[in-house]
Amino acid sequence: MHPALQGLITIIVGVGGCVGYFYFSNQFLDRVLFPARGENAGRNINRANQIRPWLFLFPALFALGLYLAYPVFATLWLSLTDRDAGGAFVGLANYIQMAREPKFWEAMHNNMLWLVIVPAFSTAFGLLAAQLTDRISWGGIAKSLIFMPMAISFVGAAVIWKLVYDTRPAGQDQIGVLNAVWLSFDGGAMSVLFLKFVPVLLVALFAALMAFVIYQILRPLLGREKGHGKSHWWAHGLRAIAAIAAAWMIWLSLGAIVSLASATLPYGEPQTWLTIPFWNSIFLMVVLVWIQTGFAMVILSAALRGIPEETIEAAVIDGANPFQIFFKIKVPQIMSTIVVVWTTITIVVLKVFDIVFAMTNGQWETQVLANYMYDKLFRANDWGVGSASAMVIMLLVTPILVWNVYNARKETR
Amino acid sequence: MHATSSRKSPLVWAVHISVVALVALWLFPTVGLFVSSFRTADQIANSGWWASLFTQERQAPAIRIDGAEQQVDGEFVISGNLFEAGNVTISRWGTSSREPEAYEPGQVVDLGDGERLTVAEDGAFRLSAPQSFGDSRLPRVFTTATRPPEFTLENYRFVLFDPGNREGMAKAFFNTLTVTIPATVIPIVIAAFAAYALAWMRFPGRSLLIAAVVGLLVVPLQLALIPLLKLHNDIGIGKGYLGVWLAHTGFGLPLAIYLLRNYMVGLPRDIIENARVDGATDFQIFVKIILPLSFPALASFAIFQFLWTWNDLLVALVFLIDSTGETTVMTKQIVELLGTRGGNWEILATSAFVSIAVPLVVFFAMQKYLVRGLLAGSVK
Repeated sequence: MHPALQGLITIIVGVGGCVGYFYFSNQFLDRVLFPARGENAGRNINRANQIRPWLFLFPALFALGLYLAYPVFATLWLSLTDRDAGGAFVGLANYIQMAREPKFWEAMHNNMLWLVIVPAFSTAFGLLAAQLTDRISWGGIAKSLIFMPMAISFVGAAVIWKLVYDTRPAGQDQIGVLNAVWLSFDGGAMSVLFLKFVPVLLVALFAALMAFVIYQILRPLLGREKGHGKSHWWAHGLRAIAAIAAAWMIWLSLGAIVSLASATLPYGEPQTWLTIPFWNSIFLMVVLVWIQTGFAMVILSAALRGIPEETIEAAVIDGANPFQIFFKIKVPQIMSTIVVVWTTITIVVLKVFDIVFAMTNGQWETQVLANYMYDKLFRANDWGVGSASAMVIMLLVTPILVWNVYNARKETR
Repeated sequence: MHATSSRKSPLVWAVHISVVALVALWLFPTVGLFVSSFRTADQIANSGWWASLFTQERQAPAIRIDGAEQQVDGEFVISGNLFEAGNVTISRWGTSSREPEAYEPGQVVDLGDGERLTVAEDGAFRLSAPQSFGDSRLPRVFTTATRPPEFTLENYRFVLFDPGNREGMAKAFFNTLTVTIPATVIPIVIAAFAAYALAWMRFPGRSLLIAAVVGLLVVPLQLALIPLLKLHNDIGIGKGYLGVWLAHTGFGLPLAIYLLRNYMVGLPRDIIENARVDGATDFQIFVKIILPLSFPALASFAIFQFLWTWNDLLVALVFLIDSTGETTVMTKQIVELLGTRGGNWEILATSAFVSIAVPLVVFFAMQKYLVRGLLAGSVK
């Protein structure tokens, strides 16, 4: 049967089946099981109304349970068993084996870098774009153009950026923009300005941002804001972890500044960007930042518009300059939205697979957890270690999961 | 008033310029691929795409003179034009790779043995000799010429419509479409009913279920790969469309329920209460009142799910594509091309653009709903 026809039949059967199920199960409930007539009419209506929600919910609950909840436990079980030994329980053997593999630690290390750099830059660029585009008449068009990469697949983005990073042998015209720009630097004053001074400045700005983040994170712990509601011990723990991650980033930034300032750059030689360890990971992250900035911009732009005008007017009257208004009035008011954007992008990053798979496939020290897991599951056919690494991803997501559920419960209450 | 606006203007200009720079930076990579998809393999390999937008002067590869000889005034003459396309202007030419810019256009050059060659500015050449050329190799001509921008649709014809191209995108395009449409429609139906129950029906455990949906929203689908593949194999679905439809349905449901429930909760209570008082059943209320009113939320989710399933690689790799490769989707096809045709940018760029085009159209046409969905869908 032709797949398109099969698809059409699936739509009809699927949609028809769902609607039919809902209709006939309701009919069955009202007419046959608990008919609203006879001596027990009142009680029957009540009973039917107690059961009806579950009729409406059943297909969704079934699918959610089978496709998302059950696999969590099945994967946990798989990670504790050995497929070759007929699924025998082996305890933590898979995890121990995984911990002995250098590729796993490479993936972990890279993932940590991804986890901090991509959300940080996406959010920062998104905030910048939101703030700038809100002030001009053609901001709507600018927004939709910056937002556009959201519609492009990770694979499509990988092709787009591979062309940017493309390399031709020395002597030929470069067709990748990055190499063309690179070769226009010859080691003169402009090169020092653009390749030493500006990057050092950018990294220093990033370090400063991280310091600001640490300050924001630790401020409640220092007890300056009293009466902010009770905070839990695990909130303290999360804050401590986030602060340590940010401090680690500052440490890395300082290292990067030193190495940037002291490096002798190979001017005039075309570079194969995706094979330079460490930097190639950064080049892959650029792709995701490019995609996610639009998302951050849209959400943050809405939040910025939601800020009450009076607070800004009051600041203007008090003589605040635009930067003070932005950082001291606007940013604190949209802090909760920034956290939402940050965590949402964090989840995307944890699942990032397509970009690495299509661009380097984890070669040249660019491995990440999701791709490592795919490697183990489908290339090495090692379900135990593959499941163990999937559980590591799950473990990294769990704090955000708990946080989201906690907030949602607070809201519905 | 006037004073303040003129004092502000440098800052306003700075904002305008920064936004232009930001937009240009964000657009540049995509435009590069788009332009490349309209260039020939030769052009892509020899110059950056940004150069193709302008008239450019460059050395062309050597062209060997070729044509039938004619006898004119006791001489043997071969004449013709070096270029098929018009609009080319030669600035220098030569006959050896060591001196490719030796002569000016129109200059008559003695090649030895009485052979004389001249090349005009527009590429017309005339080669003459007192004796017949016979089977001897004719000279090569090196040219430095300016060419106007030149684009072609040949890449798209080759990638989409060439039946001889086994790596073409036509089949993958239809496969992707076959995956996408049921995988977008079915979760909407299932989720809409569940969302209504979670929004407007009272029953024990409701808030617990909502919390569970919020939790499942972030569960990485990586966890589901092996257990579900095993399940599909055990119940006989194996790898195929049915499996990928089911998987996409399951993975899309949390967001669908979350988005729709949040929207439905905001609908006016009066309408629903009134309908209840008038004796409408829940099923009638849902179909006749809630569903039409929830159109914006349904559209938001439909776009999300469409973009996500169209752009997906991992789920298709695991649940759909078997060893025959008959059911390959576009993302997988492009990854294959990256491996086998890594240097053939004209094919890569065109294939990638074929797969990007549909989401881009959907994006620009329905951006309003996408933004609305994003704002509602990010967990607050």
